[in-house]
Amino acid sequence: MVTAAPKISVQDLRLAFGAKEVLHGISFDIGRNEIFGVIGPAQSGKTSLLRCINRTIDFSPDATMTGTVLVDGEDVRKTRNVYGLRRKIGMVAPLPVGLPLTIYENVAFAPRCVGVSAKSELDGLVEKCLTQAALWDEVKDRLDSLGTKLSGGQQQRLTIARALSHQPEVLCLDEFSIAIDPVTTMRIEDVLKELRKDITIILVTNLVQQARRLADRAMFLWNGDIVELDRNEVIFSEQPASRKTYEYVHGIFG
Amino acid sequence: MFTETPFVRVKLRRQAVAKWVFFAMAASMIVPLLLIIAHLVERALPSLSLEFLLAAPARGMKEGGIWPALVGTIHLVVISLAVAAPIGVLAAVYLNEYAKDNWFNRLINLAVINLAGVPSIVHALFGLGAFVYAAQFGYSIISASLTLAIMTMPVIIASTREALASVPRSFREACWNVGATRWQTIRAIVLPNSISGILTGIILQVSRTAGETAPIMFTGAVFFKAVKAGDLFPYGLGDQCMALSMHLYTLSTQVPGVKESIPYATAVVLLGAVLLVNTAAIALRVWLRNRKKW
Ligand SMILES: Nc1ncnc2c1ncn2[C@@H]1O[C@H](COP(=O)(O)OP(=O)(O)O)[C@@H](O)[C@H]1O
Ligand SMILES: [Mg+2]
Repeated sequence: MVTAAPKISVQDLRLAFGAKEVLHGISFDIGRNEIFGVIGPAQSGKTSLLRCINRTIDFSPDATMTGTVLVDGEDVRKTRNVYGLRRKIGMVAPLPVGLPLTIYENVAFAPRCVGVSAKSELDGLVEKCLTQAALWDEVKDRLDSLGTKLSGGQQQRLTIARALSHQPEVLCLDEFSIAIDPVTTMRIEDVLKELRKDITIILVTNLVQQARRLADRAMFLWNGDIVELDRNEVIFSEQPASRKTYEYVHGIFG
Repeated sequence: MFTETPFVRVKLRRQAVAKWVFFAMAASMIVPLLLIIAHLVERALPSLSLEFLLAAPARGMKEGGIWPALVGTIHLVVISLAVAAPIGVLAAVYLNEYAKDNWFNRLINLAVINLAGVPSIVHALFGLGAFVYAAQFGYSIISASLTLAIMTMPVIIASTREALASVPRSFREACWNVGATRWQTIRAIVLPNSISGILTGIILQVSRTAGETAPIMFTGAVFFKAVKAGDLFPYGLGDQCMALSMHLYTLSTQVPGVKESIPYATAVVLLGAVLLVNTAAIALRVWLRNRKKW
């Protein structure tokens, strides 16, 4: 649950692409070991928000970010080690991306980038992450086949395994289920419930029910503003603070 | 259920006709190539032999073989590509993977595009001024090779960039997300998956380098140089050398009374080498494409 020192603290975050502002000064905290749901329609700035947190926003040259994002109290914009920051935050993108490497190397890639090269250590890590991502049983006999040749749902779990391979303290999932079937989605949701014992999870989703099932708290982001942020029981109740939230959550959004 | 209305039938017929017209146009490209080859080979036949490849020209170039020119061309190609390929590839990696969209990098881009369009005679004059005189390399293999390198580099940059750009950005983003640096991403993902395109682009420059006359004429190629038959390294870097393209030009325009089949045989060797290298490039591309990983 939410404790005194938040895992992530966002204060007055503004983000613009060129002249177009897409996040209009938002502030919120994410507690340790909570599943923090972010809901909202397309284009509301959910993906951009995640990219600010792990600073991959740097790869959009026309993006300007102001305000502060603190991860464990450290300002991400002032950190001297942006690669360390990105390793602290596992990121799962909406579309599954298997790297054009073997399944094994897909997972071993991040550890190798920080100099882990002992085979026994890598083997253990690969097995652990693939197991956590509920993929191990399906691929354990063909770890040296290409990650790109897996099915969409398998690649999405491979992506999750890769995001876990650098042992992050925060796992961000950005609409992870849009490209995969409901059964796989349910399996991954079980995985997330397991993972939240150890790490903090930010669950961005446009499936309202998914946030309702999994999250402790949910934030409704709309057009770059926070409409409402509260415990799930409130957000998904019959009486959230905002009428807009009620309409969105109940699918009567106009 | 799927009855063809007259309108549909007309459309289908039109589609069939269009397809044949396009096919005929494409197929007609083969005709000139075959005619050129047939014409050249027919006239060259009396002179074509292994002896012709390995012997030096004799009797004031009216007879004999082409060895000094052949080995000179190989020198020029190898040295110029040894310079142009690494610089070109590294420059392309910078432009495609690192460069921000600012005025300076746009200027570099513009320079590359324009350099690629500069006629070879202009490169020749530049090489003369820069390498022969300013750098004081004199008329030499090194001056000629550097001139050729300047000529091929922008094209290598362009083809390399195209190869790099064919690797989807989503792969790069996936790497950045797990904390990989740009260089780690390039080494693990981008280069291994674009190497076929990069190599093909470089190999295609072999034939261009071998075929050009102007850039070497002013900077290091000579009409004639005495070389022992079959000697693999007859030239030093500072020497002038003979070259196939130049030799062909000389035989056709400067030497009266040459046996007719000799310039044709020279042309066949040049063309054969070009076709061989280009075929190798295509084969390499096909082979690597079959191993494509996504
Ligand atoms: N790289 C970019 N360059 C310019 N505009 C962008 C870029 N990425 C996102 N945007 C814009 O930012 C807004 C928010 O997008 P996004 O964060 O992807 O929303 P969501 O993930 O909620 O669908 C959109 O209007 C989108 O067009
Ligand atoms: Mg999004």
